[in-house]
Amino acid sequence: MPKSLFEKVWDAHTVRKLANGQTQLLIGTHLIHEVTSPQAFGMLRDLKLKVAMPHRTFATVDHIIPTDQLVEPYGDPLAQAMMDELRKSCREFGITFFDRASGKQGIVHIVGPEQGITQPGTTIACGDSHTSTHGAFGAIAFGIGTTQIRDVLATQTIALGKLKVRRINVTGKLRPGVYAKDVILHIIRTLGVNGGTGFAYEYGGEVFDHFSMEERMTVCNMSIEGGARAGYVNPDETTFSYLKGRPYSPKGAAWDSAVAQWKSFASDADCYYDDVVTIAAADIAPTVTWGINPGQGISIAEAIPDPTKTTSVDEKASIEEALAYMKLKPGAPIKGTKIDVAFIGSCTNGRLSDFQEVARFVRGRKVAAGVKAIAVPGSQIVALQCEKLGLDKIFSEAGFEWRAAGCSMCLAMNPDKLIGDQLCASSSNRNFKGRQGSPTGRTLLMSPLMVAAAAVAGSVADAREVFAVN
Amino acid sequence: MALEKITSRTGRGVYVPGNDIDTDRIIPARFMKCVTFDGLGEFLFYDVRKNADGTNKPHPLNESRFKGATLLFSGANFGCGSSREHAPQAIQKYGFQAVIAEGFAEIFFGNCTTLGIPCATASRADIATIASAIEANPQTEIVFDVAKQEIRFGGQTVKAAVRETARDALVNGRWDAIGELLEGVPQVKAMAAKLPYLAA
Ligand code: SF4
Repeated sequence: MPKSLFEKVWDAHTVRKLANGQTQLLIGTHLIHEVTSPQAFGMLRDLKLKVAMPHRTFATVDHIIPTDQLVEPYGDPLAQAMMDELRKSCREFGITFFDRASGKQGIVHIVGPEQGITQPGTTIACGDSHTSTHGAFGAIAFGIGTTQIRDVLATQTIALGKLKVRRINVTGKLRPGVYAKDVILHIIRTLGVNGGTGFAYEYGGEVFDHFSMEERMTVCNMSIEGGARAGYVNPDETTFSYLKGRPYSPKGAAWDSAVAQWKSFASDADCYYDDVVTIAAADIAPTVTWGINPGQGISIAEAIPDPTKTTSVDEKASIEEALAYMKLKPGAPIKGTKIDVAFIGSCTNGRLSDFQEVARFVRGRKVAAGVKAIAVPGSQIVALQCEKLGLDKIFSEAGFEWRAAGCSMCLAMNPDKLIGDQLCASSSNRNFKGRQGSPTGRTLLMSPLMVAAAAVAGSVADAREVFAVN
Repeated sequence: MALEKITSRTGRGVYVPGNDIDTDRIIPARFMKCVTFDGLGEFLFYDVRKNADGTNKPHPLNESRFKGATLLFSGANFGCGSSREHAPQAIQKYGFQAVIAEGFAEIFFGNCTTLGIPCATASRADIATIASAIEANPQTEIVFDVAKQEIRFGGQTVKAAVRETARDALVNGRWDAIGELLEGVPQVKAMAAKLPYLAA
């Protein structure tokens, strides 16, 4: 019977059925970071358990790490305590830790792929919802809670119910100035923030065939924002050439057999999907969110929704709540909305290609007066790659602060925070109330180039106009 | 490890209205700077309950008449956003023993079950009926019958669906899967030997 990648990977990792009907699923690769794992190690110690396969867990530090202070102890003693705790646990249980001193530290979802740890046909779990990012390689990757981190540490498995699969085809060609970020914001806007509940999203079609791995990662990353626990793209030559030669990629003869095996995991042409959605690339425009969830997005040319114009009671209430928080006017164009902060970074858009693309256009331009702009590479390796190409200088000369690797203002567990009700144009993935560190801070999600355009214009702008993209 | 068989939860309720209540709202990220879950309860819904100066904003959890409620009722897509177990931990540590909503985000739902917090979905109309009963009399005793998938209050009974795998795990006292998972470890090792990427 023809099968989807999801089913093949699921079957290959099914240990057994549990009494309640869930599956005991083998988690081949486990990634951890400092925020959600300390309690799991605590539980492990309380139960006097060991780590079942220490060589299959990889750790890094990303959320709490300051991006403007490299030496420890960090200014925030709580952050330092979390750092120390992770170091201690990794040492105690024999887990590889990509610490700052290794030169390989970064956001966990950037480190895994960059090291070649993220591979097709594997199962990947991490105590972080954006683990869906790794699906870009044709892995089944999802976020788990802390108790499940304990389960993976102790048994290399978790108890999980099987997901359904929705195939999302994006056909045709994207217009200039439209990016992977716009694709996923458009998908979430179309299918809703809970449209993916119970599903894994399989992304495909011409647009994905042509996408680089980094673009695929941007889309898979935000699957969770559409309610899907996992999102993936079938592995192909793009995937294999990205992985070739990475530190943890198979070498020599093992490489050839791995590629053959990886290919066999791709969805069969005539496999069954629980749902199929097709989106025309031509319909996707540079997209900006105006509200307090990632589904509240509009194209740059559209007006901010008016709650009186909807017949749905629910929609009316959610628009009203969002506009009250965002202090935006219904019916007004989103374009021209003044911004205070511009943030380029995060596991959605903090990779080399993101900075390269922005640098291409921002070179010789200046961030508008009064706008605080920060560029935060997603990993130390990304930072180094950018610096070798001189991108850091282009950003600095344009008026961006060029920072050290971390999650930074994506969720502001480090010192990079919005202040008061500042409005931030952000390349990150969540615009929830208070997400960027101030309980009244406001976030507009958009592609990195749109963030740069807003930074230069001082207000939300169409990057295609600001930078003459065509 | 004998776990409690969670067949029902009885107590008073509180209704926190709204759809898409995300985990950042349930527990803001700055309170996750901790290496244990202790003490998270007091920060539950912090930014929607408190002003910057620490004084109260209008919020159901700030109302004394709802103090001591153990059943939390809310809207659609409850718990969306991050995988942080800090969210259900905060809910549990605050004193809630169950959550009933129109719908839940996947990871949040799983995290709750693993902690022995039964979650049920109920229709909007039924939640509204319960909410008005609570509003009229905050002392209303509410029985959430996990096994029978229903909620009984003030002489009324409404449906409350609990996903089968979760219901089985709760009522049979196997909501924390670790015991069962450990039993499977020999099989796991045998399986891992067949997957090239897992070779040591
Ligand atoms: S960059 Fe943001 S979304 Fe990604 S892991 Fe860090 S905090 Fe989470």
